[in-house]
Amino acid sequence: MAENKVIDACNTFCPGPLMELITYMKQASVGDTLELLSTDEGSAADVPEWIHKVGHEVVSNEKIDGIWHIKVRKTK
Amino acid sequence: MKILIVGGGTGGTILANNLARRLGSEIRSGKIELTLLSASDRHMYQPGLLYVAFGQMTPDQLYRDEASLLEPEVDFRVDPVEKFQLDQNQVVTKSGRSYSYDILVIATGSRIVPEEVPGLSEGAETFYTEESAVRLHKRLMEFQGGTVAMVVSIPHKCPVAPVEAMFMLHDFFKSRGIRDKVTLRYQYPTNRVHATANVARWAKPEFDKAGIEYETLFNLKSVDPVNKIVYSEEGTEVKYDLLIAVPPHRGMEVVEQNQLTQGGWIPTDRFKLTMNGRDNVYVIGDATNIPVSKTGSAAHFESEVLSANIVSRIKTGASNPVREYDGKVYCFIEAGFDRATYNAFDYVNLPDLKPPSKSIHWFKVAYNQMYWTSVRGLL
Repeated sequence: MAENKVIDACNTFCPGPLMELITYMKQASVGDTLELLSTDEGSAADVPEWIHKVGHEVVSNEKIDGIWHIKVRKTK
Repeated sequence: MKILIVGGGTGGTILANNLARRLGSEIRSGKIELTLLSASDRHMYQPGLLYVAFGQMTPDQLYRDEASLLEPEVDFRVDPVEKFQLDQNQVVTKSGRSYSYDILVIATGSRIVPEEVPGLSEGAETFYTEESAVRLHKRLMEFQGGTVAMVVSIPHKCPVAPVEAMFMLHDFFKSRGIRDKVTLRYQYPTNRVHATANVARWAKPEFDKAGIEYETLFNLKSVDPVNKIVYSEEGTEVKYDLLIAVPPHRGMEVVEQNQLTQGGWIPTDRFKLTMNGRDNVYVIGDATNIPVSKTGSAAHFESEVLSANIVSRIKTGASNPVREYDGKVYCFIEAGFDRATYNAFDYVNLPDLKPPSKSIHWFKVAYNQMYWTSVRGLL
C-alpha cells in the first residue's frame, strides 16, 4: 500500500531541502507520495526540475503561510 | 543518577568531558555516575582522511587513545552496545553486561554503505575510511592521465567534502606537472554544484577557473567497473579512468537492528535533541535525522547544548531545556592546497562564504591539531 510521508526541511540550508527529498525518495516505494516542506524559495523551482528530469511526478506545488508544500509521487 | 553515553566519537567525547567538568563534585561524591561506552579504544580525526588521500597526512596522525582524551571522572568502557532496551532504561553490551540509566545519549555516528550502489565497491575509490584513503593516495600517485570522475551519493557525511576534493585534485595534479593530461569531472545530485546555494554560487566560478567540468542532477545509480562507466538515475552516463565516490551513509547497524531508526537515522527533535517519544533519551551527531550537515561540527555544537541542558536538569531540577540547538554548523572548505574558506550557518542564517584565503587554510591546518583540544571540550 502506498504511503504518504511529510519531510520537514524548513529552515535548513546544508544539505538542504532537495537533498532531503532525494534521500527520502531513495527509500520510498513506487507509488509513495512525499510532501516536502521548505522555506527555501529555490525549492519551488529546484524540486520540479529534478522530479521531471529523473521521471517522477509533481502532484502539487504551493506556498501556504510562507512554507512551500511540494508533493511528489515516486513513479519508478 | 546514571548518565550513559553510547558512542565515543566527536559528539560523545565532547559531551562526556563537558559533563565531567560541570558535574565533577557530584561524580566524585557518588551522586552521579557518568559512563561512556564505545566500540573502540581509539578515536579518529575523520576530516584528516582527505589529507591522507592527498599525501598530506599519514594515518597514524589521525588517532589518539580515547582514554587519553577523557576527564578522569568519565567511566570509559570499550564494550559495544548490542541491545537498546529503552522501555527498561537499559542497554546490553557485547560482554553481556547490562547498563541501566536515567539519561541515555546515543552518539553512535554513521557508516558508509557503498554496497547499496551496484558496482560501487568494485569500481570506485573513496576517502571515507583509513584503508580507502591510503589506497586512493596510491592510485593518485600512479595516475598518469585520463579522466578522474567524482560521484556523490546521498546522504553522506561532510557535505563540502566533494567540493574540497575537486579543488585538491586540481592542485595535486598541478603539483605533479600533469594537470594538462587530466580531465576532472564532477557529478552532483542537485541542480547546482553544491546543495547549499551560496556554496554553489562560490564554487561554480572557481570550478570554471580551474577547468573542472561538472554535471548536475546526477544521482548515482550504478557503476560498471569493467567498462569504467558510471550511470545516473537521470539516465546519463560518464566514462572514467579513475572514479572517486562519496558513498552513501546510514546510521550504525546497532541502532538499525534495534529498530530505533527510520530510513537509517534516529527520529530526533531538532531543537531539544530528544529522541522522538522519549524524554530521557537524547541523540547527537550523525545518528540523528535532523536536517543539518552530518559533520563533527554539528555534533560538537549539539553536545554543548545537551551538556548545558543535562547539567541544568541535574543541578536545578529544571524539566525544560535551558538551551535549544539552533542548527549551528561551522565547516572549513579547502579550496586547494593553499587556500580555504568556511561555511557557517544555523537554522535561521544562511551561509555567507568569504573569498578563500591562505590564512583560513592555515587556520584549518592548525585546527587539524587543535581538534584534540576541541574534543577534550576545552576549545
